[in-house]
Amino acid sequence: MDAQQQWRTEVEQLVRTHGRSRTALMPILQDINRAHSYIPEGAMLAVSAALTVPRTEVYGVASFYSYFSVKPRGTYVIRVCRTISCAKQPEYHPAIAALFNELGIGFGETTADGIFTLEQTNCAGMCDQGPSMVVNEDVHVGLTEASVRSILNNYRRAAEAAKRPQ
Amino acid sequence: MDVKSVRGFVGNKLSFSEVSASDGVKMAAEMAPEDVVSIITASGLKGRGGAGFPTGKKWEYAFGQEGHPKYIIGNADEGEPGTFKDRLILTDFPELVFAGMAIAGCAVGAEFGILYLRAEYGWLREHLEAAIAHCREKGLLGKAIGGGKDFSFDISIRMGSGAYICGEETALLESLEGRRGDARNRIPFPVQAGYLGKPTVVNNVETLAWVPCILVKGPSWFAGMGTRKAPGAWLFSVSGDCKRPGIYEYPFGTSLRQILADVGADNPKAVQVGGASGNCVPPSGFDRTMTPGDLATGGSIIVFGPGQDMFAVAENFQHFFADESCGQCIPCRVGNQRLLEAIARMRANGLDKDSERTVRQLAQTMSVASKCGLGQMSPRAFLSILNNFAGELPGHA
Repeated sequence: MDAQQQWRTEVEQLVRTHGRSRTALMPILQDINRAHSYIPEGAMLAVSAALTVPRTEVYGVASFYSYFSVKPRGTYVIRVCRTISCAKQPEYHPAIAALFNELGIGFGETTADGIFTLEQTNCAGMCDQGPSMVVNEDVHVGLTEASVRSILNNYRRAAEAAKRPQ
Repeated sequence: MDVKSVRGFVGNKLSFSEVSASDGVKMAAEMAPEDVVSIITASGLKGRGGAGFPTGKKWEYAFGQEGHPKYIIGNADEGEPGTFKDRLILTDFPELVFAGMAIAGCAVGAEFGILYLRAEYGWLREHLEAAIAHCREKGLLGKAIGGGKDFSFDISIRMGSGAYICGEETALLESLEGRRGDARNRIPFPVQAGYLGKPTVVNNVETLAWVPCILVKGPSWFAGMGTRKAPGAWLFSVSGDCKRPGIYEYPFGTSLRQILADVGADNPKAVQVGGASGNCVPPSGFDRTMTPGDLATGGSIIVFGPGQDMFAVAENFQHFFADESCGQCIPCRVGNQRLLEAIARMRANGLDKDSERTVRQLAQTMSVASKCGLGQMSPRAFLSILNNFAGELPGHA
């Protein structure tokens, strides 16, 4: 099966879950984004054909929302809240320094092993418990230098376990 | 993820803990739709997402629409910086929210509900799906609910994907329809032509949670909590420099000073009320009250202690707006960028009279000419900081 045929098959499966209407566009893109950490061009073309939505509009939606990406990202996307309630906490800068040091990357970058992408997010809604970050669909609060290291190690272990043959 | 592990602190007793969701749905099932609407109208309940539109009036308009099917949307796209009350409500009282949606459905004649949950709260989804399943088991959702034969209502959850603007109701509808979150022009209003062009009620999570409480305890119980002009109580999200950040319930008319004492804010320098779109209040304003017309509030309070650089706050909020502008109208898209640059410049070099005039003109243009609330409100925090704390800029005596 060529690559585009694979995308067509994958998108058809998603259409079975979410339907073949324009209202299914967001849920379908969300599932692709979750499964692959981003929305590849081939996927956008297949979605465009399956839902008969112009490809420019599929790209328009995929590039509008901050949780979507049209460029490859790591398995785990870390989103550090940068809004004032979190950013004014004394542990905020030490926690970010720990992320930079542990991962060896800055904001907007992906680690060479493809496990982590580091991003910033606007208010994650954890203002009473900051500093906070959202990693894929988990939220972490009360961040410190030490807690950041242990959180990253847990995700590293999970990524290794997923790679090991069953 | 264990959602209770990040529940946070609740500072006083919440009215929501006193009401059972099923009582509210059962009452609605036995009533005529008009009566449900008039109870909500009589209570004086207003929208808790920030705009404060009377809920009863919204439902009345939707009830009077011919189009079919009608939709009820629960707006759980809580993105205003410093606001997290809906997170607590969805954690502790999801059934009240779903009951509120079902009652709204009964009142306006809708059978379908959608909860639009922000991506950042994705960790709540499983918890909410379980609560919906539980409501179906108890007969609060599904067919012939609450004992009413003709009363069917069900809810599905749809996720956002990280866009503050989708908390604005017409942008939210665009997102549900598979488009970029670009705010729509009104007229038509969503109650006339909303989701898929059909009559649609969009209510905030907290607004919906109050609905079954008002039905069960009566509109006068609710109205009696606040002032004559501003009936009811509100959940406040408190964060920043204080000993006890968390969620607090207060009736309208409570003074800011009272709240600051309760949350343990020692000697605050300023308080941001209403999130990034709100106002920054200096100590001379601490006797003002939480009432529409005085301190309008989205229920968010961020406390700034004595050491806070206030223009760092302004820059943080401005960065937020520059980031979150959807980009379709120029006053907001370009204005927020220019304002951000101006704040960075004035933090470095101070502010002379000429550039102050330019910046104020820009802010006024944005608030007058932007298409939706995002651009109209975005200069407010900066202006209130400029008006009260200009002395902190370099070059000021």
